[in-house]
Amino acid sequence: MAATYEPIATTTLGSAQASVSFTGISGSFTDLVLIISAGSANTIGFNYVRFNSDSGTNYSATSLSGDGSSATSQRSSNSNKGWLGYWTGIENTIKTMSITHIQNYSNSTTYKSWITRNNNANGSTYSLGTEAAVGLWRSTSAITSMTIYNQTSGTDYNFIAGSTFTLYGIASA
Amino acid sequence: MSPLSPLGIYGFAPTAAAGDFESIATVTVGSGGSSSVEFTSIAADWTHLQVRFIARANRATYGADAVKFTFNSDTGSNYAFHCLKGDGSTAAAESGTSETSSRIKDCVGTNNGPGAGNVGVSVLDILDYKNTNKYKTTRALAGVDINGTVAGFGGVVSLNSGLWMSTSAITSIKFEVYTGINFEQYSHFALYGIKGA
Repeated sequence: MAATYEPIATTTLGSAQASVSFTGISGSFTDLVLIISAGSANTIGFNYVRFNSDSGTNYSATSLSGDGSSATSQRSSNSNKGWLGYWTGIENTIKTMSITHIQNYSNSTTYKSWITRNNNANGSTYSLGTEAAVGLWRSTSAITSMTIYNQTSGTDYNFIAGSTFTLYGIASA
Repeated sequence: MSPLSPLGIYGFAPTAAAGDFESIATVTVGSGGSSSVEFTSIAADWTHLQVRFIARANRATYGADAVKFTFNSDTGSNYAFHCLKGDGSTAAAESGTSETSSRIKDCVGTNNGPGAGNVGVSVLDILDYKNTNKYKTTRALAGVDINGTVAGFGGVVSLNSGLWMSTSAITSIKFEVYTGINFEQYSHFALYGIKGA
């Protein structure tokens, strides 16, 4: 039987790098799953994604997070990049992980949505906890590429060496 | 393969091979919509099931709707659920007991969202579905974003758990929009089976 859940590509950073891209994504699958285990060169870093190099204000997201003492929910609208999570890692170490499901990425009839779960269990001042989020890219284009950024307050920061990014494909019958 | 299992649990299946995560059936709603989506005659060939879906409904108000689901055509008061959700401004929790269906909160896009292509997304895990010694439990990560608010309500992301108080093996699953309206065209449900060792 053909594999249903397949790795498409993996990037492991040998040195610090500002962004990671997956290009030439074929339409062979139904869903994509993006696994990130990364650290930021900044004290706190946030992960964002752009699809097909679209930097228009076509992204939005809704998040739910808990920091150990309270739960909060936030949203962003008409953003020029898609929210992937509150935390990529802190204090120049990799202590976080993120799993993002990008569903029906290759159809040309619906907007593209993703759901993500992110964790940071650092236990220090910058321990930000756990998060779930749903994102929206208002485009009916098939996703053929994505670029993942690390930013804080609009400033780009590097992902640190050792950060890993793996993209999987899931194919339905 | 990755150390990540198809259920998203690290260490669960360290050496998953081709065929450990298998596509069982897929339903894409056609023009005219559909009042329900159902998977029937599910074989006992796997250990767990996963349903990955995008959904949309022609709801007259609000930008999101919920999905309800039942097993083996059981509409008795045998279901319970819990939900932790955020709507962009508030985190909240809710639950139901002795329900006639299980629930995934606000995971269906509607015509009141940001455009005709807006859909909600869900990943539903159904654990030990064929075990005849215990009740069946589910979990789902789900959400729909609507680029802001519609009628004062924003998108929703939710963590859902469910219980079906039956020891019967699950052989069918039926999904419906909670408010009783149709799933719209292009709603897409894919059922997968996950094998154990």
